[in-house]
Amino acid sequence: MVRDGDVVALEGFTHLIPFAAGHEIIRQGRRNLTLIRMTPDLIYDQLIGSGCASKLIFSWGGNPGVGSLHRLRDAVEQGWPAPLALEENAHAGMAAAYAAGASHLPFGILRGYLGTDLPKYNRVKFIECPFTGEKLAAVPAIRPDVTVIHAQKADRKGNVLMWGVIGVQKEAVLAAKRVVVTVEEIVDQLDAPPNAVVLPSWVIGAVSEVKGGAFPSYAQGYYPRNNAFYKQWDPIARERDTFQAWMQRHVLSTNDFDEFKRSLEQEVTHA
Amino acid sequence: MPEAKYTSDEMMTIAAARMIRNGASCFVGIGLPSAAANLARLTHAPETILIYESGCIGTRPSVLPLSIGDGELSETADAVVSIPEIFAYWLQGGRIDLGFLGAAQIDKFANINTTVIGDYHKPSVRLPGAGGAPEIAASSKEVLITLRQNKRAFIEKLDFVTSGGHFTGGNSRAKMNLPGKGPTAVITDLGIMTPDESTKELTLTSLHPGVPVEKAIESTGWALKVAPQVATTEPPTETELRVLRDLNERTARAHAGQA
Repeated sequence: MVRDGDVVALEGFTHLIPFAAGHEIIRQGRRNLTLIRMTPDLIYDQLIGSGCASKLIFSWGGNPGVGSLHRLRDAVEQGWPAPLALEENAHAGMAAAYAAGASHLPFGILRGYLGTDLPKYNRVKFIECPFTGEKLAAVPAIRPDVTVIHAQKADRKGNVLMWGVIGVQKEAVLAAKRVVVTVEEIVDQLDAPPNAVVLPSWVIGAVSEVKGGAFPSYAQGYYPRNNAFYKQWDPIARERDTFQAWMQRHVLSTNDFDEFKRSLEQEVTHA
Repeated sequence: MPEAKYTSDEMMTIAAARMIRNGASCFVGIGLPSAAANLARLTHAPETILIYESGCIGTRPSVLPLSIGDGELSETADAVVSIPEIFAYWLQGGRIDLGFLGAAQIDKFANINTTVIGDYHKPSVRLPGAGGAPEIAASSKEVLITLRQNKRAFIEKLDFVTSGGHFTGGNSRAKMNLPGKGPTAVITDLGIMTPDESTKELTLTSLHPGVPVEKAIESTGWALKVAPQVATTEPPTETELRVLRDLNERTARAHAGQA
């Protein structure tokens, strides 16, 4: 469902990051994507380093608590493996832009960006409140061609349930033209309480069960964030050749996420 | 009683933690601010409401999170809300007493850069970017900043203003009608700086024990203003040190050996 040249959002704020789906985009050799994510995280480091992206729309691009995303930096600083255009936001602006996208409004509005240099380089404009005269920031809506998320559960009809840190996924799903969801498990009954975050099946294009599909991020109620892997990523991604060897061995030479995880386990056993 | 031995980083975290008033709602950045805020919660400020931008409100993690959205933050929170909600209703809604930020670079008016070093389009160092910081800096009632002090970090002119402090000093922030009053202290491994009441220029008001004033001046990339009376920061108490070291040990154990 992801095509070359698409505008694609893989969302999940530290939690429920759709790694398995991201790997599949890399295996399929997609090119010239505009990638959107508030926090690019390791999955976009991998997509960018694999040459899938020509543009990144984001608001914080680091390896949380560890340091840089070296592949993102290499693309921005050295143009490797391809130049990467940036559209850079603050979290609050990006959240408002997704909410506007979900509402099919042309722009989102916030009390933000005042006094920062960011509007010199992105598409933020300032407007005056028609009621109070307050100066507010307007951010163009985000409308991805495809949004991909990972959630805890779906039922057999394709209704999707998620909980914990829910980030901006609901907005990213409702803003998109097409939606792909991977889940930890498909169950007969969701048994969701009335106010739970449930995305009804009719706003979702496809649901697929991928157990552990958010590794090395986490799925609350299933497995914790693998903080040790986030630390190990730093030396892997630091150099082009160690990165490429790792991607070749664990992602490009495996057929799916189960094989990917087995290949990582073998490496740990042999180490 | 034997003199307590501690590192300059421990002194920085403890000095920063002491700035947090018990009961304050505190929007916390990851890294040094998160360590200081949790230390405050585990010592003198047990009723502090810790808020992380992942949407976790009133969280009480037993170890420091590596990321801003580790599972323990949501499991121990009073409420977990979406990202649009945390920034719109809680931060822009004026419900945050204290924003607590780190920085890669800071200038004399406590503006901070976490975006690029060098030209934006051809940066020598591409930093992670803004995250939640610009709006935390604008909308929190008050802002604390903590970072290690050296000439690469404390610089005369920022290549990029990511989050505004006191802008060009004087009444420049007041003229922008931002909701919050901006940075009230910068806590480093050498001492504490506070903005001058009228010029808003950062002024050294406290040095940590054993740090000579020359060291603070040499570690600053502009001519650092020094208050006429510079206080000496109270050294860490045994309790502060024990709680901080226990927290760091628990954290190191929790983050190792999973992969």
